[in-house]
Amino acid sequence: MAVERICVVVVSGTRERLQMAAMVASVAAVSGIEVTIFLSMNAVPYFVKGASVAPSNEGDFGNLLVTKKAPDFKTLFRQAVELGDAKILPCSMALDIAGIETDTLESYLGEPTGLTSFLDAARGAQIWTF
Amino acid sequence: MGEKKIIDGRGSFCPGPLMELIAVLKMSQIGDELEVLSNDKGSAKDIPEWVRKVGHEYVSTREEAGVWHITVRKTK
Repeated sequence: MAVERICVVVVSGTRERLQMAAMVASVAAVSGIEVTIFLSMNAVPYFVKGASVAPSNEGDFGNLLVTKKAPDFKTLFRQAVELGDAKILPCSMALDIAGIETDTLESYLGEPTGLTSFLDAARGAQIWTF
Repeated sequence: MGEKKIIDGRGSFCPGPLMELIAVLKMSQIGDELEVLSNDKGSAKDIPEWVRKVGHEYVSTREEAGVWHITVRKTK
């Protein structure tokens, strides 16, 4: 039987979308699904070690995620890697434009990846975009 | 007879209790029984679904005073 694969493309920097992306990625990764997460645009700065900037809550539900203490999206992404062997690939273009060095990123992220490699990894997989 | 472990996921929301269960499952032995405590109704439905999907043994769910006790046995 073919391995089920999904790619989660995360470009948003708002809490509701980051949270939903992290939920999909983490639960899929621990359910026997091969998961590749491609981080780009506004999502990347939150994955710099020690980043102190919090994402905008976006809507009422984003406020509730904070006040009700839902699992933090970064914790869920890390668990996707540690418990489910997901891969999180930061977009090399986003790192270049934002001036972010690879060694400043969280240790559970993989190597910076360009679109050619990502599209190759995504071939035949479901793609979820947030 | 395996060990019995309690995972206190009260105060967390989906998928927090599930991820806490999986972290403990990874460190457990085959035959160990894990009981997740959760006051999140979504997790009470989602955890048994996950257990069936990945092939561990779902033992039971009971609710007491707003807290779900979901019991799972590690089988592999």
